[in-house]
Amino acid sequence: MTALSSTLRQTWVITLRDLKHWQREPWGPVFGVLFSIMMLLIFGFLFGGAIEMPGGGTYLPYLLPGVLALTMMFGVDGIMAVVTEDTKRGVTNRFRSLPMSSVAVPLGRAVADLGNSAVQLAVLMIGGLLIGWRIEGSFLEAAAAVGLLLWLRLAMLWLGIFLGLTLRMEGALTMVQVLVWPLGFCSSLFVSPETMPGWLGFLAAWNPVSATATAARDLFGNPTGITSGLLADHAMLLALAWPAVLLAIFVPLSMRAFRRLG
Amino acid sequence: MTTAPLSARGVRKRYRDTRALDGLDLEVAAGTVHALLGPNGAGKSTAVNVFATLTRPDAGEVLVGGHDAVRHPARVRSMIGLVGQSAALDEALHGRENLVMFGRLHGLSKTDAVRRSAELLDAFGLVEAGDRKVSGYSGGMRRRLDIAAGLVIRPRILFLDEPTTGLDPRARHEVQELVRRVVADGTTVLLTTQYLDEADQLADRVTVLGAGRVIAEGTPSSLKSDLGGDRVIITAAEPDDLDKMAGALGAAATVDLDRLEVTVEAGASGGGAAVVDVVRTLDSAGITVDDVLLRRPTLDEVFLHLTAPHTEHQHEGAAR
Repeated sequence: MTALSSTLRQTWVITLRDLKHWQREPWGPVFGVLFSIMMLLIFGFLFGGAIEMPGGGTYLPYLLPGVLALTMMFGVDGIMAVVTEDTKRGVTNRFRSLPMSSVAVPLGRAVADLGNSAVQLAVLMIGGLLIGWRIEGSFLEAAAAVGLLLWLRLAMLWLGIFLGLTLRMEGALTMVQVLVWPLGFCSSLFVSPETMPGWLGFLAAWNPVSATATAARDLFGNPTGITSGLLADHAMLLALAWPAVLLAIFVPLSMRAFRRLG
Repeated sequence: MTTAPLSARGVRKRYRDTRALDGLDLEVAAGTVHALLGPNGAGKSTAVNVFATLTRPDAGEVLVGGHDAVRHPARVRSMIGLVGQSAALDEALHGRENLVMFGRLHGLSKTDAVRRSAELLDAFGLVEAGDRKVSGYSGGMRRRLDIAAGLVIRPRILFLDEPTTGLDPRARHEVQELVRRVVADGTTVLLTTQYLDEADQLADRVTVLGAGRVIAEGTPSSLKSDLGGDRVIITAAEPDDLDKMAGALGAAATVDLDRLEVTVEAGASGGGAAVVDVVRTLDSAGITVDDVLLRRPTLDEVFLHLTAPHTEHQHEGAAR
């Protein structure tokens, strides 16, 4: 058997393992999606009325793609939690003692997670349609938006895998779970960077998740809240490039960390 | 001649300011149980991790089945089984699913993995539990499944890192029985343990580790006799007899006035011969005794003696 086909086979075995987890213990993903729905309702109906949109448009169509991108961001701490658990239990060391590729375990997990993420996106989008969000773009454009969101998720997963393998101190997971929030808010997910003080708006526009959210809004035909600047012109390109950069960094680092764990 | 399942020479591993392994030499013979015995921090787990390719040594050579663990880790991984300290199992999967998963990751085909898992569940008394989630297993069942997972391929050498730590006495006994069976089937086992009785009962050879180095090695009985030495304890009938006894027995005797005892260190010929000697000597000197007792050192005493801090031990025949 060639190295590639055995790597793919090992990856698939790990994917099946994670899918079985969700089938047996579905509460993690279920609460994950409920949490996103809660965010959608809180921001859509509690805060939404007070939020002004640069460039016009109503808030709910702006918000929904932002919540989708935020849900993709939760992949970081979600996968970090399972990687940490495997390492604590010694399962990671058992994997490391097997004649398998370093990439198979994280890749298998990532593939399974993408399946789970696609379901979460579908649930949120249906929920959005029920409360008045509309897809104005074509079917293909909408599919491309979902593709970009999953592309962001993939990058977030590898970042989480890396953090799970390298941050071994007590409380590391909690730290990451807390940090996701300011990083998520300092972006275009909930409000337009153009409403922020200049330097903060600059940071928010350069946040990788802003690119994905803005590109998804464009493709869904929703208001982007962006009237000028790099994001207005090149959101799509940035939404493709940012995750690619993150993957180019964290895939090799994670593989190295996996082998160096001992 | 077949190559040794494990041969290590001069293995060193440093973690920041601790020397976990400080020039470890070890040779495990095929078909045997070899115990690495030592207190916490002696380097047992680091040694196993180095042998199982999880940790790269700073220096030294490790050959597993003749393959270099540093240069060809993949070859080594394909012929070892590792059972670490905590039960490395997926709690949400069934016992059988765990075995099939690890078998497939080991490169077995699906059919082979399923067949081998069934064999192992049967052999390890887990047929009924096999189709239940591991999260509901007892500590002993988990441990058994964990060991089974180390045997999904028939490894050249199975590493068991403290297989009975944290188990209740019954589960401990079960696991020890299991190890005996595994060895009887022809698998070579390297186990680490803090329990002397375990090493004594299970192992063909024992290597005592302290501060990352071998401080003694041998069969359990040779360790006991080389390092401890038997003693004959004679209780005098009358306090006045103590001096006479000490005089008759010569330089090897020490007197304990409070307990009316004379202790004689048995020499190389062993405790049995010493008892006969003592009784003959005292009899021909016309001294009556109250009691004669032969005391063999337990491995515990040997162990405490060897691993006592701040002492250098150089026992002939024991230190390598």
